[in-house]
Amino acid sequence: MALLDIRNLRVEFRTAQGLFPAVDGIDLTVDEGELLGVVGESGSGKSVTMLALMGLLPWTANVTADRMEFAGRDMLSIPPRERRRLTGAEMAMIFQEPMSSLNPCFTVGFQLTEAIKVHQGGTRRQRRDQAAELLQQVGIPSAASRLSAFPHQLSGGMNQRVMIAMAIACNPKLLIADEPTTALDVTIQAQILDLLVQLQRERGMALILITHDMAVVAETARRVNVMYAGQQVETRPVDSLFDNPRHPYTAALLDALPERASGKTRLPTIPGVVPGIADRPGGCLFHPRCRFAQQRCKTNRPELESDRDGRVRCFFPLDRGEPTDWPEDAESRGSAA
Amino acid sequence: MTVDANAVQETDPEAQGLAARPMHPLVEFWVYFRESRGAVAGMAVIAVVVIVAIFADVLAPHDPTEQFRDSLLTPPVWAEDGSWAFPLGTDAVGRDMLSRIMHGARFSMVIGLVVVTLSLSIGIGLGLVAGFFRGVVETLIMRLMDIMLALPSLLLAIVIVAILGPSLFNAMVAIALVYLPHFARLTRAAAIGELSRDYVTASRVAGAGLPRLMFSTVLPNCLPPLIVQATLAFSSAILDAAALGFLGLGAQPPLPEWGTMLAEAREFVLRAWWVVTFPGLAILVTVLAFNLMGDGLRDALDPKLKRS
Amino acid sequence: MSGETVLTAENLVRTYTTGGGMFRAAADVKALAGVSFSLRAGRTLAVVGESGCGKSTLARLVTMIEKPTDGVLRVDGRDVVGADYQERKRLRQEVQIVFQDPYGSLNPRKKVGAILEEPLRINTRMSAADRKERAESMMAHVGLRREHYSRYPHMFSGGQRQRIAIARALMLQPRILVADEPVSALDVSIQAQVLNLLMDLQDEFDLAYLFISHDLSVVRHIAEDIMVMYLGRAVEHGPREAIFDAPRHPYTQALLASTPAVEPAHRRERIALTGELPSPINPPSGCAFHPRCPFATDRCRTERPELRPVHGREVACHHAEAIADGVATRKGATAAADASAAQ
Repeated sequence: MALLDIRNLRVEFRTAQGLFPAVDGIDLTVDEGELLGVVGESGSGKSVTMLALMGLLPWTANVTADRMEFAGRDMLSIPPRERRRLTGAEMAMIFQEPMSSLNPCFTVGFQLTEAIKVHQGGTRRQRRDQAAELLQQVGIPSAASRLSAFPHQLSGGMNQRVMIAMAIACNPKLLIADEPTTALDVTIQAQILDLLVQLQRERGMALILITHDMAVVAETARRVNVMYAGQQVETRPVDSLFDNPRHPYTAALLDALPERASGKTRLPTIPGVVPGIADRPGGCLFHPRCRFAQQRCKTNRPELESDRDGRVRCFFPLDRGEPTDWPEDAESRGSAA
Repeated sequence: MTVDANAVQETDPEAQGLAARPMHPLVEFWVYFRESRGAVAGMAVIAVVVIVAIFADVLAPHDPTEQFRDSLLTPPVWAEDGSWAFPLGTDAVGRDMLSRIMHGARFSMVIGLVVVTLSLSIGIGLGLVAGFFRGVVETLIMRLMDIMLALPSLLLAIVIVAILGPSLFNAMVAIALVYLPHFARLTRAAAIGELSRDYVTASRVAGAGLPRLMFSTVLPNCLPPLIVQATLAFSSAILDAAALGFLGLGAQPPLPEWGTMLAEAREFVLRAWWVVTFPGLAILVTVLAFNLMGDGLRDALDPKLKRS
Repeated sequence: MSGETVLTAENLVRTYTTGGGMFRAAADVKALAGVSFSLRAGRTLAVVGESGCGKSTLARLVTMIEKPTDGVLRVDGRDVVGADYQERKRLRQEVQIVFQDPYGSLNPRKKVGAILEEPLRINTRMSAADRKERAESMMAHVGLRREHYSRYPHMFSGGQRQRIAIARALMLQPRILVADEPVSALDVSIQAQVLNLLMDLQDEFDLAYLFISHDLSVVRHIAEDIMVMYLGRAVEHGPREAIFDAPRHPYTQALLASTPAVEPAHRRERIALTGELPSPINPPSGCAFHPRCPFATDRCRTERPELRPVHGREVACHHAEAIADGVATRKGATAAADASAAQ
């Protein structure tokens, strides 16, 4: 049975201009010990999905779902008290800015032992030993002496390691890492990613890695979820996704990477911008920016359909860059332009 | 956990800020300002006071200094022995209270305006200089401001008036000097914050000289907190001028300044309540209105307090 | 005219004094410790490095926001440091900059038109109508519409703001454009648009780019020459092909290996760098990279390597040849390897 099972999640924000669907029908399943990558540009709703799961959204958010289960428990009807106990103990989250995620007024050791105290108890001595051991596990040298350091005395990479130590303190079954390396330097990013993957393997923990960086996902994840404008557009195993993307958005995103361009040529771009609250299109959300858009794409919203090794939300999914089931008649072809 | 609060703030812009519709800054300002009822009420009261001040000559039933010797200390119209000739009664020498308060509004507005203009312009100048020239100049200016802040404000004003001699204008200068440090400090802090931003560097790379950087590039972006502070200083100036007037160091009789009126009426408090109540009420309502509007301005202009 | 040298920097040094409070002695920090390079019209030099390597300081020196503590900076063959006021003002127009953060780099209280025209207003005597015409034509060049002229920056998305910033930088028709991480804050699809725009504009105006970035895949795409920096010094400097195909400095190798790649073919065996980036306040002795370097020897700990030509690029490493030949051994290189490198 899946560790995390979310069906048709919707998150709407009440804003001055009306309801804004930040997340619009997300299905998410994560098995125990799985490493899932979630990629999307800003505004794709990837962070909001996770915050909805953790119950960390502000009061203006309206969360609905057909099903939201974690480790067999229904997260929609769970009492707030029990949810608080669950988050932190069985699922934990780390964020992009390690500096602002730690409280600058307290030492690393204090914050770490507090986290252990809340969920596990134990004597002060035990907690302190456990904290030092955790810091050692996340690769902080001379861990015991670092316990008395304040966050500003450590570098960004070290602070992110401390955050990871806090997150794994209670042996969570699921760790959600929201852009964990975006604020870090390249060599430090590599260290942190290696650490996360290593911890995930050693502890048999499920890991959801949220990022905007296709390359990070390609190197770490087993399965990838691609999100666009609050919708999941494609999900499949990582090799297959990068080798033969089936949604036009995934394909266009990969083509736009400088790494895939050969020589000093112009990069293929995606025209336009991600739709906002006022210009949310009807039909397929991607159709105004899609090369292959047909009349049908403008009027009907595609569902997430299963195919050979994943799922894709497109009427004419690509195969090796060419759309399948492409209408033959000239009329609809003409309207595509 | 501290983590939770951060998370919510981080996602908010992603979820909601996306769809920022083009709105003219003034329209946007009004949308936020309108949300606070107190601020709008304060603004309305201020509008009334301003109109009264401007048209006091036309609106007031009598000349503010004319003495009606046969009706000394007449009570207001709704009290026994009141008369419609003097709706708010008369004072000890027979002058019409309503006319004096209406003309007094003129003084209060002028005091507020002069004081705020003086201390705002000098404060902005000092603050910008301190912000742009770090080092000795900054230390000199800011320590001087610190010393001024260390003295009790009314005491400082009294000392200045004592040196310059008691008059309304000297009182205004004194009060302006008292508020100067607030504006200088605020400007310096805002300027230093803005100076580190890229658009200032871009201006510099484009070859902008010092005056242009100070007044055209940086200053407009420092204005929101200054506007709020100016509104609040406006009300404090009215209050302080009234206090100085009350002590006999501000406007001199027979000028119908509210504080001076209070001082003159001191000895009649027990016999004729209206001679102190109405000037006092006028001060209270005007100051309150300015404070309410200042709060509303702060909510509307401070981006940190803006929601969605 | 393409290929003409428009800017040369020789041994640029910039030292900052920090601390110096009431109870502390002032300390000198070498943010830039001697960097030399030249820029040629129509070509791009990328400066690559992590935080603290001095790349932002370099941008501030080249754009003449700050004066170098030591060294020579020539624009158009003329010395900038010793120039008088008029000369400096003229030279300053030749170098413009685009910043990383599109939200902080535009004055929020000015309309796009005023932002674009400010450089003209300061430096020329053009009439208002001429200025507007120039601004509108530049807006067309960078892909902005005419009606954007009278809008405020907060009405634009990040990508559009970056277009405005680029347009502003080009208003004075500079010959050198410093791009300080111009696409790092943008989404992938927008990043591609801005990169294409930068390349189009380079061809059109024959611009020399100093492209500062930490993203090696972007750098590989846009730059002909690469300079890798570590703690205020260049550690490897040469043509793109040489550096990407066969990096010689262990830091360049580690940087390339640490950069995640979409294509499995682009992935390299990860050289795990241990340790943190050192602080420029207290730089390591000898080679600044030695505490993190897998090939470090005693010589690296005491003697600072100078840039020297190796296999078609310049490298600052005692063991560059040995590393290239695969002779050097990791961590605790033998005396033999050390000796062979010294020859």
